[in-house]
Amino acid sequence: MTTATSRPVRPRRPPRGVGGFGGNGGRDAWLLVLPALIPVVLFSVYPLVQGILLGFTDAQAGLNQPVDFNGVDNYTRLLDHDLFWKSFRIGLIWAFSVTILQFLASLGLALLLNLNLRLRWLARTLALVPWAMPPVIIAIMWKLMLNPSYGPINELMRTLGLPGDINWLGDFSTALPAVIVVGIWAGMPQTTITLLAGLQNVRGELHEAAAIDGAGTWQRFWHVTLPALRPVIVAITSLDLIWNFNSFALVYVLTAGGPGGQTMLPMLFAYNEAFRYGNFGYAAALGNVMVVVIAAFLVLYLRGQARSRDS
Amino acid sequence: MTPTVAPVRRTRPFARPLQYLALAAYMVFLGFPLVFLLSTSMKTAQELRSPDNSFLPDRLSWDNFGDAIEKANLVQAAGNSLYVATLTTVIVTLVSLPAAYAMARFRTRLRGAATIWILLSQVFPFILIIVPLFLVLKQIGLVDDPHGLVIAYTVWSLPFALWMLRGYVAAVPVDLEEAGAIDGASRLRVLRSIVLPLLAPGLVATSLFTFISSWNEFFFALVLIQDPDLQTLPLTLARFVGAEGQVQMGQLAAASLLATIPSLAFFLLIQRRLTSGLMSGAVKG
Repeated sequence: MTTATSRPVRPRRPPRGVGGFGGNGGRDAWLLVLPALIPVVLFSVYPLVQGILLGFTDAQAGLNQPVDFNGVDNYTRLLDHDLFWKSFRIGLIWAFSVTILQFLASLGLALLLNLNLRLRWLARTLALVPWAMPPVIIAIMWKLMLNPSYGPINELMRTLGLPGDINWLGDFSTALPAVIVVGIWAGMPQTTITLLAGLQNVRGELHEAAAIDGAGTWQRFWHVTLPALRPVIVAITSLDLIWNFNSFALVYVLTAGGPGGQTMLPMLFAYNEAFRYGNFGYAAALGNVMVVVIAAFLVLYLRGQARSRDS
Repeated sequence: MTPTVAPVRRTRPFARPLQYLALAAYMVFLGFPLVFLLSTSMKTAQELRSPDNSFLPDRLSWDNFGDAIEKANLVQAAGNSLYVATLTTVIVTLVSLPAAYAMARFRTRLRGAATIWILLSQVFPFILIIVPLFLVLKQIGLVDDPHGLVIAYTVWSLPFALWMLRGYVAAVPVDLEEAGAIDGASRLRVLRSIVLPLLAPGLVATSLFTFISSWNEFFFALVLIQDPDLQTLPLTLARFVGAEGQVQMGQLAAASLLATIPSLAFFLLIQRRLTSGLMSGAVKG
């Protein structure tokens, strides 16, 4: 089953006239796809196109409001908006820190889980649990953990003789680092499991050959494991970057963007613009900028990866 | 699947203990918040406030669970979530099954278009979709209506469901279908008695995945549902944090645990498959 799914299966068209498959595969395919196509076009392709266009209008909340195209007005306004720059800077710090730290932590865990250690089953199960939890609940849990007076984190700090009254989520300097840690915790399972699956596909013979040639553990990791794992690493870090940049629920419940906008991720900023202040056009423009920013980083990253693979 | 990394023969004497130490550190990082949540859910309000609040509760008490169910309107919210998630799952499964079959078996331009759409749907931030979708749903009177939420969840679960199912269909050998056809079975019969039984595990996994993502979803619900009576579980819990959560931490923890049970049960069920076949196939594909 595993081999069948991982090998690209070339669909073969059955011989003409057998079982009525005939030569009109195109029409059959359309008929089969139609039930999925209609809702997708109506409720996601159309809104998406509409959303992109909306970013070039002055649309406001409320029906029957006249909507006019205003060209790049929204974007010039964005460039003058301090909060926009702040929010995108925070968004990029958040997305990159979470993605990179999460990758390193997950790689370590995946390597450990790939060894024959005792209690591996327990670690594996624990590594999956955050994946099963709704982001809202992860946020609630960490809010309790980080509670300044009753949370166990501060209690631990007190036991260790450190300042135990830190308002982690309410203090300007600690809010962003604190939500980044929660982001790492929440996203580790997917990254770990994907990397573990990749590790299990690294062929054992390569390691043995390298060991016979006298390569140490570190050298084998660097020259055998890492190159073999590369496609998986590129895929999961790209996805993580997109997901993190677009994430909403976790930070919305943890801090709602506060204190003083210190954790105002772009999605929260756009949500407030749209549904608090009713600036639909402006919020859509923000969305467009987010797509461009994330696409630019992805192109740079994937290109860099392709180039270093070629050389 | 056995671990394929060769056993390290010339292990340094300290390697093993260090590995166990690292594993223990990970387990504390991942597991501690969960144990803490469980312990909090069993503590009384006085116990949580007392200065010498120990980590473990004084006694096992399930009062918080009962109180949380009553106070936070959990039953109603869970009912709403269940309705929306079930309806979404049924629609997504019915609609994606034929489409996935067509994508796996016919070579048409549709396939390329569908793949591009699936990838795009991952990149676009929801804010771009939600404003126009909100307007569309408002025009047809489906804002503040669970069915509006079902529409939103259906279209945004479809790409992933299609992608998963397509892989499962592709794994069913075409030869089997041909053999059935040669034996004189009709097209419908071939699909029903040969393809469908082989697809069953994949179908179950896909529909569970759809169910869980609708059950856990927050952003669409936040925008599309205002009426407190129609709120889904994540919405109700998020409101509970602000209003009472700071005072009733034990109840908040209990409510959170209860809301996690369905997805937790599902993940523990499929964890073997997740760690082996599914992901390796998905990532490579």
